[in-house]
Amino acid sequence: MTVTRRSFGALAGAALALATFSGGALAADGFSPSKPIDFVIMAGKGGGADKMARLMQSIIEQEGLADRPVVPTNKSGGSGAEALVHMNGVNDPDHTIMVTLNSFFTTPLRQPGLGVDIMDFAPVARMAEDTFLLWVHKDEGIDSFDAFLGEAKARGNKWVMGGTGKNAEDNIITDFLNANYGLDIKYIPYKGGGEVAKQVAGRQITSSVNNPSEALGFFESGDLIPLVAFTDERLPMFPDVPTLKEVGGDFSYFMQRAVVGAPGMSDAAQAYYSDLFAKVYESAAWQDYKAKKSLMGDLMAGDALKAYWTTQRDRHEGILRASGAIN
Amino acid sequence: MDIVVALMQGIAVALEPMNLGLAILGVVVGLFVGAMPGLGSVNGVAILLPFTFVIQSMTGSPTSPMIFLAAIYYGAMYGGAISSITLGIPGASTAVATTFDGRPLALKGQADKALVTAAVASFAGGTISNILFTAFAPPLASVALKFGDPEIFALMLLAFATFIGLGGDDIPKTIFSICLGLVLATVGFDIVSGEPRLIFFEMTGFMNGIRFLVLAIGVYGIAEMLWTIHSTRSGDTGMAQVDVSARRIWQNIKEFPEAWRGTLIGSALGFFVGILPAAGATPGSLMSYGVAKMTSRKPETYGKGSIDGVAAPESANNSASTGAMLPMMTLGIPGSPTTAVLLAGMVIWGLQPGPLLFSEQPDFVWPLVGSFYISNVIALLVNLAFIPLFLWMLRMPFTILAPIIFVLSLVGVYAAYQNMFDVGLMVMVGLAAFFLRVLDYPLAPAVLAIVLGPIAEPKLRQSLLFSDGDFTIFLTRPIAGPITVIALVLLLLPLFKLIRNKLRKPAAVAD
Repeated sequence: MTVTRRSFGALAGAALALATFSGGALAADGFSPSKPIDFVIMAGKGGGADKMARLMQSIIEQEGLADRPVVPTNKSGGSGAEALVHMNGVNDPDHTIMVTLNSFFTTPLRQPGLGVDIMDFAPVARMAEDTFLLWVHKDEGIDSFDAFLGEAKARGNKWVMGGTGKNAEDNIITDFLNANYGLDIKYIPYKGGGEVAKQVAGRQITSSVNNPSEALGFFESGDLIPLVAFTDERLPMFPDVPTLKEVGGDFSYFMQRAVVGAPGMSDAAQAYYSDLFAKVYESAAWQDYKAKKSLMGDLMAGDALKAYWTTQRDRHEGILRASGAIN
Repeated sequence: MDIVVALMQGIAVALEPMNLGLAILGVVVGLFVGAMPGLGSVNGVAILLPFTFVIQSMTGSPTSPMIFLAAIYYGAMYGGAISSITLGIPGASTAVATTFDGRPLALKGQADKALVTAAVASFAGGTISNILFTAFAPPLASVALKFGDPEIFALMLLAFATFIGLGGDDIPKTIFSICLGLVLATVGFDIVSGEPRLIFFEMTGFMNGIRFLVLAIGVYGIAEMLWTIHSTRSGDTGMAQVDVSARRIWQNIKEFPEAWRGTLIGSALGFFVGILPAAGATPGSLMSYGVAKMTSRKPETYGKGSIDGVAAPESANNSASTGAMLPMMTLGIPGSPTTAVLLAGMVIWGLQPGPLLFSEQPDFVWPLVGSFYISNVIALLVNLAFIPLFLWMLRMPFTILAPIIFVLSLVGVYAAYQNMFDVGLMVMVGLAAFFLRVLDYPLAPAVLAIVLGPIAEPKLRQSLLFSDGDFTIFLTRPIAGPITVIALVLLLLPLFKLIRNKLRKPAAVAD
């Protein structure tokens, strides 16, 4: 009967005090984390970004790559705006990293009021580029991109595409399809890619542009069918699915799966995290996941990653301008 | 029957010493995590997820770590009730509804009865939902898929309807309270437009929204404590002393059948709400409380120490936690925040949750399902064994208890969100809630609204996007239609009563 609520609280308090104290003692050579690392996920629980972040965490823990635990927190609000604002204002940028998507480019462009400049973030590591496919339910009776175009045109705005937020990756692809093929697809935002896949599987909506990792369960059960891949080459996992380029479109679109440091992160800390995630990238578990979930893209860090951000930001600015989302 | 054989084999695996030990450990950890205000099952599972990789490397299969995490989940559902009853602060969001009647029972000197009922109701809810899960998991997955946006919104409407009666007889004040909660629920980023809303004074803290625990702990921690001070003044809480003996606990267990109605409602409704993605155990327990009260022959006893009022939410949150496993395992969609973390664990262990999991991974699925049954038994026994310890806390004089509750409220909110803004906000909410309480406004409906509002609002707007703004979408769909009609009837009932009372009153006041 000794463990009362009181002593429990006191214990927690003591642990907290200990953690604060040890925070003062930095390693002499270079940077090493002195307290748990805050690992922000720019998306909701259960989606592609979330699973990936937790996989990275587990690789770090399993192989003992970091001296301190990595603690994931989801900040999914407002197409990543909640996470960006949070990162911009953290007290301890050296212990705050974030897993990003393409909303990293689009959200600051759309909401200049947030006061977020992505070039302030530390380019830790790009771990992969995720791919997109167009999915429909098997009972739609559609087996090719052409059949999709015909059916979608016929149904007008009764054809419903689910996505993960206004001007998110899937919204950009939907806008492209609408603008270039004379379609009037209706776009409805949901909380995460996992929920979107479920909505298609339950035939609540007609199609999605999910990442392979989000739709895999329903693909394997035969409920969802991929029609076209928005990539440059056919994906090894879906050898029979043509790319959009093969069926006459001139468009490919990827999503960065990158880890960034909070604005104000020291160079030493950035080097530490780049090194940490390079080890994660090399691990068998990550390479296996990359292959299984049809991820592309190689490891990228530092200035190369910043240059990649510049091109991506310019491309997204063009896309958003064309769709009228910004002016 | 194949299922029975598979289940028996699964239970046998779950009873292996390693798995049994992990289940016991998980339940005890979960019990304490659940009882700590601010920490719920999601924190416990997330914090210990990395630890499970050690277990996996020891046992070589993903089953044992999953059994451990599931046991924490169950333990936390039992534990949440403890602080709700003894301290009046919900230990976890899933146990908010348990404070409604658990606390009044404790004040009447029947804390032991409340705790035993909570434990046994949790066991009943867990076991009933386990049986449903075992028998119907794959077919129920397709039911979950049938629930689109209009259906979920209709269900949320029904939940609100059942709660109109929650605030007592003063319907206008109840509606005011619900509206207040709904307005607070819209603060923060809007998922549909991606724009921030109601960011008061440009404070970035509001961008995260007003989170549920901020409101719940403010209302039940701070405001409740201030209310007690305000209403007693003498420093005596009037809490009757409880003597604890094994005989008394046994007596309480024997009296448990009195709470059969609440338990049955909670188990059934909790399981059903649990299997719907997006809902989870918190709405499940609140709805069960509402329905139990609404259908009760003695609704006036609710909120004053009804034993059904404890049994309904407690059986529901356990039942819902099993229910939430269903879409996670069969569809790969988490039904609650905790199952989202479990899902991430399964992916890391190399499993592909989805429609094929049951047929392709029986060696994983059945021992896990077997462990659900085992963990429930363990949780019941551990909980009953700890009851004397929990009751001991009640013997503390209020002058000591009040500061502890205050500190626990502050620490709890910080532990949940690691953000001082939310701590400050919680204190403000507590003060505001105290004044509302003095003015006799019911607060439970506001708490309900802030749980259901963030689920209901996006579903409403997604449905309307779907129908081009046509509200009949809630009436014309085969599942949504009947639910909406029932909800509307329930919503309008009190209005009729109000009008009838207004018409009668002049006659009564005439003399």
